[in-house]
Amino acid sequence: MNRALIVHRAGPGLTLQDRGRPGYMGFGLSPGGAADRLALAEGAALLGQDNGLAALEMAGTGGEFEATSDLRIALTGAQMRAAIDGTRIAWHASHALPAGARLTIGGAEMGSYGYLHVGGGFAGPERLGSRSVHVSSGLGSAVGSDTRLEIGEDTAPTEVNRLLPVEPRFEGGTVRVVPSLQTDFFDADQIKRFETTGFTRGAHGSRMGVRLDFQGDGFHSDAGLSVLSEVVVPGDIQITGDGAPFVLLGECQTTGGYPRIASVLPCDLPKVVQATPGTALRFRFVSLNDAVEAERRAAAHRRGLRSALTPLVRDPHDIRNLLAYQLISGATAGRELEET
Amino acid sequence: MSDEGTTSPQAATKEWPKIRTVGVDGMLVSFGDRLSEPANRAALAFRAALDRATPEGVEETSTSLISAYVRFDPVHRDHAGLRADLDTLLQDRDWYAADLPQGRREWRIPTVFGTDLAPQLDEAAAAAGMTPDEAIASISDTVVRVQTIGFAPGQPYLGELGPDWDIPRQKALTKRIPEGALAVAIRQLVLFSVSTPTGWRHIGQTGFRLFRPDAETPFVLRPGDAVRFEPVSPERLQAMKDDPDGGARAKDLT
Repeated sequence: MNRALIVHRAGPGLTLQDRGRPGYMGFGLSPGGAADRLALAEGAALLGQDNGLAALEMAGTGGEFEATSDLRIALTGAQMRAAIDGTRIAWHASHALPAGARLTIGGAEMGSYGYLHVGGGFAGPERLGSRSVHVSSGLGSAVGSDTRLEIGEDTAPTEVNRLLPVEPRFEGGTVRVVPSLQTDFFDADQIKRFETTGFTRGAHGSRMGVRLDFQGDGFHSDAGLSVLSEVVVPGDIQITGDGAPFVLLGECQTTGGYPRIASVLPCDLPKVVQATPGTALRFRFVSLNDAVEAERRAAAHRRGLRSALTPLVRDPHDIRNLLAYQLISGATAGRELEET
Repeated sequence: MSDEGTTSPQAATKEWPKIRTVGVDGMLVSFGDRLSEPANRAALAFRAALDRATPEGVEETSTSLISAYVRFDPVHRDHAGLRADLDTLLQDRDWYAADLPQGRREWRIPTVFGTDLAPQLDEAAAAAGMTPDEAIASISDTVVRVQTIGFAPGQPYLGELGPDWDIPRQKALTKRIPEGALAVAIRQLVLFSVSTPTGWRHIGQTGFRLFRPDAETPFVLRPGDAVRFEPVSPERLQAMKDDPDGGARAKDLT
């Protein structure tokens, strides 16, 4: 059977992503993978399939797509304007995409990275155990217009129209961090100021990391800039030469010489990933024990996603009303779709 | 300068080796706070021993210049337990006296020094107090060793060069250094595996591909490998452009 998704028009930041390539740090290759790892798990839950399957990550905006045969799709992560043959469809939900129908996904209304999942997952060859494009190391490349993405066999082809209550993470807020190996290069005043400063996500960001803007003097460590290069992991917050914090993400370098003031909890990283330029972010230190407990709860939350699904009401009349509502408000959480 | 280095011996002190956490799910065993031959060997040997011992919960290991890194699953293995395992392994022996890893090779990599392919040779030579020809001789006569692979896929940090080469990185970054570029700073060389901005000075250009995602051996160099950068003309390098090795040859050392 010839299952594929034709990409008629691609936004500039479309890449296939799965859980990435953990295990190659020693070879200088960071894990990469879906920027918002929770969104990957949510898509898998909506479609009732393995969360290791590849999805299409869409940075900022989507594109126009067509299925070559009847498909199931799910939409997660940053909420974007999506429609099938002109009728708006709910985000954080699964839908049937009939062969020949046009799926259009527009700009993000909230958050940075949206995800299009398909029943069976995107196929194609794995490289070093993953289908993830690793942009910064030139491993794979972005999906362009007029391409065809092959799709694997769907194991549950009838389950559609499910909705998922969504973990809020698209409007910034407080991000938990732990002290890391170089935190004590910074004196107590620097640490205190770091915790009390209101940051905004800067204009520059990529899958490698995002810069944070703030008012006031730059941060500096007692070790200056003469620190020996040391291991870097996603979530580390490095202080660059001009004193600005830079949160490193999945495609970061594997070693670095800039001192790092703290490291973001993996379960809070989606908040940083999904912040759009100008979104407010704060950082709060927690103990290692509290961090491990937070990771434990996050893992339990991911495991419980399947049981949190609810049926999606698909009366077209309701959908049109919702569309009108959204045009006025500009943004809505997925949950409001469910409650109307 | 020999492959085995000339740095004075370093030994365990009250402060080193030191175990620190990295984020929520990592630990780092560091053998010093500055680069030295014994600390580098200790890190490589300790990581190899960790890979053999495979403590419960460990998911990945790597090394930096002077540290061994462990990533583990903190939800199923607590920090205290893993730290105790690392402590026990540290007591096993004097890691600073460890040999270099087995399976090392010696590489000879054809390199164009200077010309418009590597525009910062003159500037780097001046910083090291040499003429460009002296700088070429100094670099190409030194057998350097891969001290670590890091920053980008398959990318080696090589050393140690003589004290003349203790030159700082540039304050302003070079916008884009090409793949295969040889660059120098702080008595080390970096051979770039990807095109990237950098503060290191571009003194040579090779045709050596360090990261080959579709090959059987995707990452070519390994920590401990010895490397010599042999001067060739731009024409020679151009003639080898279809060879992913860029004319490089390897022989087994151990």
